[in-house]
Amino acid sequence: MIPVLIFISIVTFGLAHGVPGGPFDTEKKRPPEIRANLEKYYGLDKPIYIQYLNYMGNIITKFDFGPSLVQRGRTVNEIFAAHLPVSAQLGILALLVALLIGIPLGIVAALKQNTFWDYLGMGIAVFGVSVPNIVLGPLLIWIFALALGWFPVAGWGKPSQMVLPSIALGLGSSAIIGRLTRASMLQVIREDYIRTARAKGLTERVIMVRHALKNAFIPVATVLGPMFAALTTGTFVVEQIFAIPGMGKYFITSVTNRDYAVVMGTTLLYAVFLVIANLAVDITYAFLDPRIRYT
Amino acid sequence: MTVQERAASRLTAREQRETNLWADAFRRLIRNRAALIGGLIVLGLILTAVFAPQIAPMHYAEGDSYNALTVPSWLAPFLPIKNIQSYAKINNNFLFGSDELGRDIFSRIVYGTRVSLPVGFMGALTALIIGLVYGCISGYYGGRVDNIMMRIVDIMYAFPTMLLIILLMAFFKSTFAQVQEPGTIAYTFNQINKVVDRFLGLQGGGMLFIFMGIGLTAWMGMARLARGQILSLKEKEFIEAAHTVGAGDLRIIVRHILPNILGPCIVAETLAIPGYINYEVFLSFIGLGVDAPTPSWGSMISEGSRSIRSYPHMILFPALALSITMFAFNFLGDGLRDALDPRMRGTS
Repeated sequence: MIPVLIFISIVTFGLAHGVPGGPFDTEKKRPPEIRANLEKYYGLDKPIYIQYLNYMGNIITKFDFGPSLVQRGRTVNEIFAAHLPVSAQLGILALLVALLIGIPLGIVAALKQNTFWDYLGMGIAVFGVSVPNIVLGPLLIWIFALALGWFPVAGWGKPSQMVLPSIALGLGSSAIIGRLTRASMLQVIREDYIRTARAKGLTERVIMVRHALKNAFIPVATVLGPMFAALTTGTFVVEQIFAIPGMGKYFITSVTNRDYAVVMGTTLLYAVFLVIANLAVDITYAFLDPRIRYT
Repeated sequence: MTVQERAASRLTAREQRETNLWADAFRRLIRNRAALIGGLIVLGLILTAVFAPQIAPMHYAEGDSYNALTVPSWLAPFLPIKNIQSYAKINNNFLFGSDELGRDIFSRIVYGTRVSLPVGFMGALTALIIGLVYGCISGYYGGRVDNIMMRIVDIMYAFPTMLLIILLMAFFKSTFAQVQEPGTIAYTFNQINKVVDRFLGLQGGGMLFIFMGIGLTAWMGMARLARGQILSLKEKEFIEAAHTVGAGDLRIIVRHILPNILGPCIVAETLAIPGYINYEVFLSFIGLGVDAPTPSWGSMISEGSRSIRSYPHMILFPALALSITMFAFNFLGDGLRDALDPRMRGTS
């Protein structure tokens, strides 16, 4: 895990600094002395590996991502504090949408296989997979904000403003979860121990909840890690469409402004999220499936 | 050729005639109606891209402000805006209307296939080539080679893909896209990019950099898949048999292993194409994709979403085109999977 993060930090640092032009290129030419002073202040005059070591040292010892290079007087930590919670809220809400729509959809489709409900559920799933959130966002705005007027067009903060972005972001993932749940449910309910449970005379409800669902969730749990990652970075698209003041919008402007500090910090932070999310999935996996624990 | 080899080749030839995997798969594929429709749409899109200059009534960059923002008269009654005729020009000049520079939206969508389709196919092709070679080497030789190569893939996997692509695009665009003195690597890339753009008939699209950005982030999944397939395959008897008759590593990989793992790999890449197209659309949406005036569905959706309140026709058609393309590739990919591996039917 540590080498992974070191590698990511080096690549990001290299890419961000490899872009020609610096953060102090403005429309108006600055006198070279002032420019040199600025670079000295931010440590940009030192050799690049010293810059890298200084930067990483500050993060590890003080959890300090340094000052923003473009927004004067703001530190990267402050920017994170202002924008990350918004992205995190959106990501978590979208994951909830994905789970709350996807799992019931998959279960119903599997239990009523080859009926109208199955086809309806899988039709919704194909729709969710195929319509990208870049289209889904404007579509939701058009229907529910402009035509029906139920929700506001854009913004973030009030609960009513959170509905459309969460659906726009989560529906695609709910389709993936739905298809996966259906497939693994179909496999599980044909297992011998389900027949045994039926033979014991357990009610259908107990069989499904206690025996089938728990095992059917194992494959679903494995995709949750990558999915959470996709959702947290996927917020970038949705934040643009709904004008949400999250990290995604900020990251993109930072890339074009060459605000190295923000770019580096964001990438590192997301990488840490990703690594932790995958670790959490591995742990859940072992919890759900004792066979893994004992091998 | 030894006696055994000749016998073996005759045997495989006869087997092929009896149950040719690909012919069989093709028959199963066209019997699947959704996959057939998806395939036909993909075929139509390819033809549209090839014959774009003949199909499009105007050039994609051509337009004048007099014709800006016209709404097609057949569409106007269906738009959710009551008083649209009070401010918009409604006429029959353009099939899908025009954008704020007076360019024909239909022509731009038609030319947009020359951006989206190459991105999808090149993404899949790069992933297939790099991933297969990488995965084959890793899986076939195993041991320490495998260990190191797969650690590298693990590390790449931990990178947040979306962020990496954004970074790469910003890097490529500013490093390579500017005109530089001949002889440098950046200049060479710039020249290759111009050739690619000219081949696609686009003026200054910067397509090569999008291919590179997507290709560099797309191959890891394929490498893992290929490696896994080889691991399960290389212990099989027929590989052992090939070893005993003295076939070399390269021959075994190319003649005996590749044909057996190609099916799942192609299916995986077909299903990945919508993802690649989506990446380009997103990049163009945030302004890091193709350069103006090259028409990308992403940049058109971006322009359209800004004026969605007053001129919804601007976003409607590119969004439709994108969704239909996604549907088509998903149906085709699902169908291919069912056709090539009937055991997999109905899973994920």
